[in-house]
Amino acid sequence: MPRRKAYEAKIDYLQILDENGKFDARLGKDTLSDEQVIDAYEQMWICRELDETAFKLQRSGRMGTYPQNKGQEAAAVGSALAMVRGQDWLAPCYRENAALFMHGLPMHYILLHWMGDERGNQIPEGVNQTPLSIPIGTHMLHATGIAWAMKLRKEKDKAVITYFGDGATSEGDFHGAMNFASTLKVPVVFFCQNNEWAISVPRHEQMNSPTVAQKAIAYEMPTIRVDGNDLFAVYKAVKDARERAVEGGGPSFIEAVTYRLGDHTTADDARRYRDQKELDAWLEKDPLIRTRKFLESKDLWSEKQQKKLGERAKKIVSEVVKTAEGIGEPSTNDIFDYTFAELCDDLKTQRDTMRTSSLGQHPEQAGLRGQAERV
Amino acid sequence: MTTLDTPPMIETPIHPAVGEWTLPEFVSEDQLPSREGDRVIQYREALREAMSEEMRKDKRVFLIGEEVAEYNGAYKISQGMLDEFGPKRIIDSPISENGFAGACIGAAMAGLRPIVEFMSWSFSLVAADPILNNAPKMLYMSGGQWGCPIVFRGNDGAGGQLGSTHSWCVEGLYANVPGMKMAIPSNPYDAKGLLKTAICDPDPVFFLESERMLGDKAHVPDEEYYIPFGRARRVIEGDACTLVSFGRPVNFCVEAAEALAGEGINVEVLDMRTIRPLDIDSIIESVKKTNRVLVVDQSWPFAGISSEVITQITEHAFDWLDAPPARVNTRDVPTPYAKHLEYDYLPNPERIAEGVRRVMA
Repeated sequence: MPRRKAYEAKIDYLQILDENGKFDARLGKDTLSDEQVIDAYEQMWICRELDETAFKLQRSGRMGTYPQNKGQEAAAVGSALAMVRGQDWLAPCYRENAALFMHGLPMHYILLHWMGDERGNQIPEGVNQTPLSIPIGTHMLHATGIAWAMKLRKEKDKAVITYFGDGATSEGDFHGAMNFASTLKVPVVFFCQNNEWAISVPRHEQMNSPTVAQKAIAYEMPTIRVDGNDLFAVYKAVKDARERAVEGGGPSFIEAVTYRLGDHTTADDARRYRDQKELDAWLEKDPLIRTRKFLESKDLWSEKQQKKLGERAKKIVSEVVKTAEGIGEPSTNDIFDYTFAELCDDLKTQRDTMRTSSLGQHPEQAGLRGQAERV
Repeated sequence: MTTLDTPPMIETPIHPAVGEWTLPEFVSEDQLPSREGDRVIQYREALREAMSEEMRKDKRVFLIGEEVAEYNGAYKISQGMLDEFGPKRIIDSPISENGFAGACIGAAMAGLRPIVEFMSWSFSLVAADPILNNAPKMLYMSGGQWGCPIVFRGNDGAGGQLGSTHSWCVEGLYANVPGMKMAIPSNPYDAKGLLKTAICDPDPVFFLESERMLGDKAHVPDEEYYIPFGRARRVIEGDACTLVSFGRPVNFCVEAAEALAGEGINVEVLDMRTIRPLDIDSIIESVKKTNRVLVVDQSWPFAGISSEVITQITEHAFDWLDAPPARVNTRDVPTPYAKHLEYDYLPNPERIAEGVRRVMA
């Protein structure tokens, strides 16, 4: 009985637009139209403006902890373009703002959430997104569940995309979600933004595998590694994965290699743990610069258009900030009202007694504080 | 493609994707069908009837868990359900509590009504993040929008020499989390009525059964009924001391009450039936009559349900007490493996009767 190969696998790497803005016409055929690229570039720029503004808001005490998206815009925008707005579902984490607003979430909701208001997670009807998920990885399971519901209901031409980082692939939830999705063969796209860092832990210390993409092989899932700062490669990979999903081919995995140009959140300082040279090298691969080079090489973009976009982005974002800051504070009632679908008696009691500053939580005790003061 | 307008904040109830719910019409205890009769079935059959009836009514409801389909359930609770409902609604899951609990939260958010069976609640600990950190908080963290109508159910408590890691009474630990409801029936009749209510409920419900009670038999009426959450049942009327309990130990309280009656001590036994919401009003009403109370709780004493009940009693009825409120819990150690040690560790009729004598002294 000779030993023979039991399984063999390979993983493709896809890049269509390189760091210098050089476009591979063969690979890039039938991807994005010129108009779509212009639109995508504008979305990326607006997202960057929102991101820089959010950072400043945090620094000036007008917002809570915020995770910057800077550097990962092509991954968010390319994937969002490949999914169908109002039809597909997004199960996001927190580093794909552009995907959220491109699929219909009003931009001020994003800021409102990070300003510390749960109402920022109220998703308007017709916008198919789940609330931002902060515990790492849990929402990949929710995405699988949503896709499963679609499959059980035999809903046609619908898929789910879930976003997460390289760090999340160390979680049990990731493997649970991948296993369930492939076993149930549900229409979900696992989109990993490999930004090389899980807070301060570099990828090679998080995992021994040279790629994240290969983790999907264990689940017999089509998997690919793409240049995550390449709008075209991201779009193509997600589009193919979505097609496969809606045609009943089950889930796919995409590793988009990108880089977190900012800190993990405003609560840390990446300069303390990251080499400046590494950052400098990635700054040159900035997806905004690259996409602009592409547009300029095709005479689709001018200095004048750039100036106009810059002004437009500033105007939009300042309006968004104004709207978010103009929303009144949530009321004390809300915290009770949001806990159960229908307010139950004991919470009603707590809500009522809170208004009377009682010592305890029951109306019978409402008067006690007054008595104590009289004594 | 670009939409960057900023519409006003929505005044939102539950997101339409989650779907609607209808709570059944509840009647008072004396209007429920009789507990007396000869349609005697097991606790496990009562659970099966509850699930099957609701699944026939509501196509969104499905059951998932380890061994629930082909094998008819590790404890035969779902026997025959695969034949009736098919593999799309009775689903054998891979061994991944974290996986199926989390995926079912997504399914609930997308409009389905999952019943998630944990073979034992002890195994739910590996799913702590979805069941404690996601399901009960989803609605709150989305500003009242993303409800999570899901039932988690399974065997709770010492199953009979299963060792400490497989004998969890999770109620003490889990009931601490706001945003979920918890039912813990002590008999077949309540098991059916409460589970039917749980499946209709728009919030996450933790439904705690007991392996040791699955074979218990009682009359369960043919006609349909629902038992509301947050209403205790007075099992035995008495005036000497109030026994407050829930789940399996209610049956031990009844045994203890019978023994104590022979000594001339007539205790009142309250079966809470749900821990969240807790029917504190019924407890207070009873304590104001008996002026003495013993809480019998099969989970650990430290910061547990008994602590909470006793705290609330002292908050509401301190002046009515003729003796310090007391409790019988499991002993404050991991569940022993040996049969006689496990018996002594759990609340049992002897320990309960002894507790009452202490309160009466």
